Amino acid sequence: MMLGLMAIIFFNLAANYTENTSLSKLAHYYVEKGPQEIGAANIVTAVVVTYRGLDTLGEVTVLFISAAGVGLLLRRKKAEQNNNHKKINSVKETANTHKSSSEIVETATELLLPMIILFGVYVFLNGHLSPGGGFQGGAIIASGTMFLLLALPKSHISRLLIAITESLSGFSYVVVGVLGVVMAGGFLDNRFISSGTYGNLFSAGAIPLIYSFIGLKVGFELSAVLDRFRKETSNEEDDPV
Amino acid sequence: MNTLINFPISLIVLCSGFILILLGLWGMLTQRHLIRIIIGFSLMDTGIHMVMVSIGYVTGGTAPIINNAVPMSEATNLVVDPVPSALVLTAIVIGLGVTAVMLSFAVRIYKTHKTLMIDKLTESKW
Repeated sequence: MMLGLMAIIFFNLAANYTENTSLSKLAHYYVEKGPQEIGAANIVTAVVVTYRGLDTLGEVTVLFISAAGVGLLLRRKKAEQNNNHKKINSVKETANTHKSSSEIVETATELLLPMIILFGVYVFLNGHLSPGGGFQGGAIIASGTMFLLLALPKSHISRLLIAITESLSGFSYVVVGVLGVVMAGGFLDNRFISSGTYGNLFSAGAIPLIYSFIGLKVGFELSAVLDRFRKETSNEEDDPV
Repeated sequence: MNTLINFPISLIVLCSGFILILLGLWGMLTQRHLIRIIIGFSLMDTGIHMVMVSIGYVTGGTAPIINNAVPMSEATNLVVDPVPSALVLTAIVIGLGVTAVMLSFAVRIYKTHKTLMIDKLTESKW
């Protein structure tokens, strides 16, 4: 019933839809002034990191809170963990949860993983010049972690390293924002570093810096989430689906 | 042939987005399995993103990146609206976070109740 009503509304919306032929005023301003003011070739990046930088800080915070929430929900008590280990040991690891991969898969992982991570770094460093950015690069790094966890189930990811990198990059992001207040026009203003040559890697002020912090933070946060889910399922006797 | 050329290309994206929203909503309302409800949510999320992106399309526009193909002086006539793209970038990340938390709730519920069918989760309704 409700769905039918919504379908009718959507149909009317779609039937009366006409494509835009020109930009809205706000978009016109961004496209016209963005490259001159910010020095970023990618206008979406200019909007995300500088014009609406505070929103992006909030977005990173939401992601952090959801990662923390996943960690809280999927934590295991010490006693429970020990029980599970005993259980697994007593069944002589019949569940073969930690069966190692074949030679081919292991070699391919060693070969491909650095490339995937390098590609992620490339994507977030070039976020102001080409399609991409911190979140995309971070997702690519996290997919590399996923690859590692799938291919080498025995591999261990240091939680301390994840925590340190994540907090440091989050903290530096805010520090860069405050530097913008002190040395340029306002919070998260990117112009306190000279803009450099337009179109070069080191241009657009602080945008590559900010996007690197975002990329590192997002990549490590998503890796932590994946690691949590991995730990959860590998200790379970049966698959939870 | 003429009508085919005049047919706005973003209308396809818009309609697909609406269909995905309806499909996801239907899935969330009718399915009894928690994982399927979460899949329905993700479908609806994707549908909303598609609708938002299609609204920002400008006829004949290209990606809002200034380079040799899109010189700065003519950029306002050549590119699509960058604002919905930036919004969707944010929305995707938030949707990801929400989905991750929902999935971990599902794992938690499975651990305590050994089931994911919402009919059997009666004792903890409120």
